[in-house]
Amino acid sequence: MMDDLTQYPLTLEGADAPMVSFRNVTKRYGSLTVLEGLDLDVAEGEMIAIIGPSGSGKTTVLRMLMLERIQEGVIYVDGKPITHQAKNGKLVPASDRYLRRAREPIGMCFQHFNLFPHMTALQNCMEGPVQVLGMSRRDARERAEDLLEMVGMIDKKDQHPSRLSGGQQQRVAIARALAMRPKVMLFDEVTSALDPEVIGEVTNVIKKLVTEHNLTMLMVTHQMGFARDISDRVCFFYGGRIEEQGKPAELFDNPQRERTQQFLSAVKSAD
Amino acid sequence: MSYWEFLSEYGPRLIDGTLVTAAQFFLAAALAIVIALIAGLMKLSPYLPVRAPAVVYIEVFRGTSLLVQLYWIFFVLPLFGVSFDKFTAGFVAVGMNLGAYGAELVRGGIQSVPKGQWEAAYSLSMSPLRRMWRIILPQALLNMLPPWGNLLIELLKGTALVALISVADLMFEARQINGSTYLSAQTFGSALIIYYIFARLIITPFMRWLERVMRRKLGRA
Repeated sequence: MMDDLTQYPLTLEGADAPMVSFRNVTKRYGSLTVLEGLDLDVAEGEMIAIIGPSGSGKTTVLRMLMLERIQEGVIYVDGKPITHQAKNGKLVPASDRYLRRAREPIGMCFQHFNLFPHMTALQNCMEGPVQVLGMSRRDARERAEDLLEMVGMIDKKDQHPSRLSGGQQQRVAIARALAMRPKVMLFDEVTSALDPEVIGEVTNVIKKLVTEHNLTMLMVTHQMGFARDISDRVCFFYGGRIEEQGKPAELFDNPQRERTQQFLSAVKSAD
Repeated sequence: MSYWEFLSEYGPRLIDGTLVTAAQFFLAAALAIVIALIAGLMKLSPYLPVRAPAVVYIEVFRGTSLLVQLYWIFFVLPLFGVSFDKFTAGFVAVGMNLGAYGAELVRGGIQSVPKGQWEAAYSLSMSPLRRMWRIILPQALLNMLPPWGNLLIELLKGTALVALISVADLMFEARQINGSTYLSAQTFGSALIIYYIFARLIITPFMRWLERVMRRKLGRA
């Protein structure tokens, strides 16, 4: 069935317009449907925690925003469609170039950090501002140093990633993403590849972002305690849909759906 | 005639030939590297019209003999109005042949860079060209260096064939000396040693050094 694109607005306007909006979004890999008809609005400054069993489509939510194309529906960021572009007053699938530009307000951190190994921590954080934003090296260096200071990595700014621990690399990766001054930050299981004793140094940085900045954030995580602590809303994904969502205290203490209850008790007993 | 007498008599000609071989080697290597980079990148393109010429080039030059290619470029192309002098025909043939092998190394090197690097570069909104040039190629280059060392030695050995279109390289001089003196063991023995020294004492150490430098630059020392 063809998706009728005329049902979606060209832009989202108004003071209460969400920063990120998924409208009826479906993502398939070949014949496998990973997410079906996803509707999700994220308000400006809101922190959403996405939880769920593996294969539930939770990481796909972030990948659709930053890396992949969708099969149906429209995604809006900051009022503008990113997956589609307006042509003659109608939405058409976005060109590669449009898609890349439209994603500029989004920053992303990955499970495996993905720092550039041939650059120092500082160079990693300067690369985007210099190459993409066209900043002078001096300004970019200043911005990068401020951010490395903020994540507590200024002492290691001239080290290559191979000399840094996982927690340190992830903090540099957060600084690198922030150097582009994103409006939306995506955290894709950023603590999953870390040794337990360094998880705190990364979660502390994210907490700092939540309290000191007005960033909109979507975070896929397995750390229920952390999700509960810092998120404004928790979405529990199951089978490619949002099974249940709500304020962290409500969802964790009083889950309504059976699958949510099962998942949470399974996670609890594993802890 | 002792070997020393042989060397004092014919050494200068062997040296002349070696210099021509060296020139053929460097020019062919430069050509091969440029072609390999272009064809390797083209072969990775998602667009068929870009990919197809690279695939055809690589298939033709890897699938047929270097000697036949050399003869084609020197003897057959002039029939179609494209003629090279023998020196140019020599390094062009060798460069294009080894460039086809190099293209596969470039392709493999680029594909060996983890997908996460592409994603990280994309998430910084880098354009495809910048992603390739700033992020992927520097890492791919390091992965490629060891096989390129082997390829350059193959290329050096390949240059010996240009003697067959009368480029006065080391092999050509050796054949000439052998033809007039019949001192085959001394002549070809010397040629063998010179090729070996060139390969093992110049190319290999240079590539190792390059790898060390790159490794340091990429912070993997």
